[in-house]
Order: sequence, then C-alpha cells, then structure tokens
Amino acid sequence: MSTSFYDLINVFVFTLVGTAFVGIVLFVSKLVRCKNPSPEKLAPYECGNKASGEARPQTQIRYYLFALLLVVFDVEMIFLFPWGVAFRSLGLIALVEVALFIGILLLGLAFAWRKGALKWQ
Amino acid sequence: MNVDFTAGSLLVPAAWGLGFVLFSALNVMFLVWMERKVSADIQSRWGPMVRGYHGSMQLLADMVKLLIKEDILPAAADKKMFALAPFLVFIPALLALLVLPIGPGLIARDMGVGLVYYLAVPSLASIGIFVAGWSSGNKYSTLGGMRSAAQLISYEIPRSLSVLGVVMLAGTLSMMGIVNAQKSLWFIIPQILGFLVYYIASIAEVGRTPFDLPEGESELVNGYFTEYSGMRFSFFMMGEYVALLVACLMGAVLFLGGWRGPFGLLPQLGPVWLLLKAYALVYVAMVVRWTLPRYRIDQLLEISWKVLLPISLINVALTAAIVFVGGEWLRGLLG
Repeated sequence: MSTSFYDLINVFVFTLVGTAFVGIVLFVSKLVRCKNPSPEKLAPYECGNKASGEARPQTQIRYYLFALLLVVFDVEMIFLFPWGVAFRSLGLIALVEVALFIGILLLGLAFAWRKGALKWQ
Repeated sequence: MNVDFTAGSLLVPAAWGLGFVLFSALNVMFLVWMERKVSADIQSRWGPMVRGYHGSMQLLADMVKLLIKEDILPAAADKKMFALAPFLVFIPALLALLVLPIGPGLIARDMGVGLVYYLAVPSLASIGIFVAGWSSGNKYSTLGGMRSAAQLISYEIPRSLSVLGVVMLAGTLSMMGIVNAQKSLWFIIPQILGFLVYYIASIAEVGRTPFDLPEGESELVNGYFTEYSGMRFSFFMMGEYVALLVACLMGAVLFLGGWRGPFGLLPQLGPVWLLLKAYALVYVAMVVRWTLPRYRIDQLLEISWKVLLPISLINVALTAAIVFVGGEWLRGLLG
C-alpha cells in the first residue's frame, strides 16, 4: 500500500474522532439542558423587532469576479508548489519559464484591475 | 498489492486525534480567558477576577453554563443543515493538526504533501460557516455567511503564495522537513515579507478583527451564528479559537523554527518552545484585535488583491533571486 493511502486513513480517523467528540458533547448537553420552546423564542432574532421580509433575501453576489480570479490563481498555485520544491535542481530555465507564467498572470491581474473588477461596486 | 494493514494503523491516529481534541479543548479555555484578560488590560479594566486566581476558574463555570443552556432550533431554520454546521466548523481545525510537528520525530502523520494539506484543510471551515449562515433562516446570518465566502476566496491566495518562499528554501513540502531545514536560520529572517503576508492573511482567514466582517456585531448582530445557542454556539467559538491557534502554531513551524529554541537553546524543551512561539503570535493577534477598528468589505478585498498578492509575488521573485545569486552562501547558512 502506498504511503498516501495511509495518509488518507489518518485523515479519515481524525474526522471520525472529531465527529465523535462534537457528537458526544452535544448528546451530553442534550441530556442535561432544559427545553422550553415558545413561538417568540423560535422566531428569527432581529434585535427585538418582528422579523420582516424573507429570511433568505435575494442578495447581489458582487464578488463573482473575485471567484473567477480565485480559480485562476488557485490553479497557478498548484503549478507553483511542485516547482518550488524542485526549483534548485531544475535550474535557470525553469525559473525563466515560471517567471513568464507568473508574468502572464500578472498581466491578467493588471487587466482586471484596470477594468475595475477589483472594485466593490 | 501488499496490504500490511493492522489495528495499529487505526489506533495510532485515533490516539493522536484524541490527544489533539483534549489539547484544543484545554487551549480554547485558556485562550478565551487570555483574550478577556488582554482586552481588559488594553481597556484599563481588570477582566474576570472573582472565580479562582485572577478569574482563571471562570471558564469552567462558563462551560457548565453553556452545557445546560437551552438549545434553540429556530422555526425558520433548515433543521438538518443547522445541526450539521457545528461539525463542519470544528472538524477542519482539528484536521489541520494532523500535520503539526510538535517535537523531533513527533508528528501525527508526516505527509509528503503536508504543507499543501495544511493550506487546503482549514479553509473547509468556511463551508460550515456558510451552511450555518444559510440554514439559520435569518437575514443577518445569511449575510454573514456570504461575506465569509468572499473573504475566504480573497485571502486564500496570498496565504498560500506567502509560504511558497518557505518551500523554495526548504525544498520540501513535508512539515518535518521544513522544521529540519531551519536548523541554523529561522525562515522569518530570509522570509520576513512572506511571514507578514502569512500572518495578516491568516488573521483574515480566521475572521478576527480587523477582518471580522462575517460576524461584525455592530452591523450583523452576531453574523453567521446569530441563531445558535448553548453548546452548538460554543462549537463555533471553539472552532474559531482552535483555528487561530492552529494558524499561529503553523506560523511558528513555518517561519520561527518550530520546536527549536533560539540559538539551539535547551533542545529537550521541544514542544514547549513551539507553544511559546505560537502564544507569542496569538498575543499579537489579540492586541491587534483590541486596538484596530474593523475594515469595510471593499477595503478588505482591496488589501488582499492589491497589497498582499503583489507583495507575496515579489517575495517569491526575491527568494528565487537570492537562492540563485547567493546559492552557495545560503546553502552554507542553511546547513
């Protein structure tokens, strides 16, 4: 079995331990706490006023452009980390290639900046 | 395929996991007390003083109170998601501890891709935050969840890029390897820019003032966990404090030499050095929280994309130049 398989087992066991911890504590709390609901208590909390309008209002998602940029730069990161590990042995050519790669992305960022995509309208 | 899967392959990580659960529970209690004391100090108050030495037993009382508080499940909430969110917020913080080297040879699992794992996993908490905000059936919670998503998207990039310089110097992604590479020189010295970006971006990812827009109490009541009460509420608090501690622990590992004492002092102290360094970073984060006002959302996003991202790219370029020009000298320095 490969080591990454054991890595995954470790992640899985940690998830189980965390779930068990949260679950057990919540269960113990359920045994000892009081329960006395009333309509006022169960209403959405809006600082004492009666809740008005929808609970999940239609909101303008202003940051979808940021999300697009995130995808681009996240992929960039996936390429950069292996390079960062090996770049001493890869030498100058790899350095120039990565510089070009980042340069193109920076041009993209500059373009987005000029276009006002980094502004919160 | 050669399968050497024994009970130990499950029990050893389970023991580490339990240890880390206890570790984080104890540290959260201490951190909450410390935060109250630091904030009191900054505002010329005493803070908790009544129960125990300087109020140190206050947290036990608070814990019992939270345990027996009524748990309110709002009528407008999406019940299943509402119950799921505390799990989703707490577990990622615990998962990150899997790759924390606490002493020479002491690590739950020294993954080959440890650093990338650490960069990826804590961000999952924001899914829990969004689920909490959305499922509560409250305007303020929904807005808090949305803001949290925008904030995470923006600070993920500089936080990851800032540690690329560390990877370039250490030549490995294994957390153990990164600490070993800092034998004679802590990375904070050649990577001071990277450290600053990492620290600022981490505070933003954890969602603390001045970047606490997802739960800004003066505008959103309590943000994404407005509707939570009792023990469920306390898991959000716990998740937040554990995330802060993990960010500082990892900052100590990546930039401050991990478990190594300054100038190789007292190597047998190992984990104590690591905790001391992490708590020094935590203390600075607390002082920052109680001295700076909150940023606006547009300022928040601009800091990330227009300041931190260019700085971290410059840092990568500088590191590459240093390693290429002063390669021999640096290799001698790094041992």
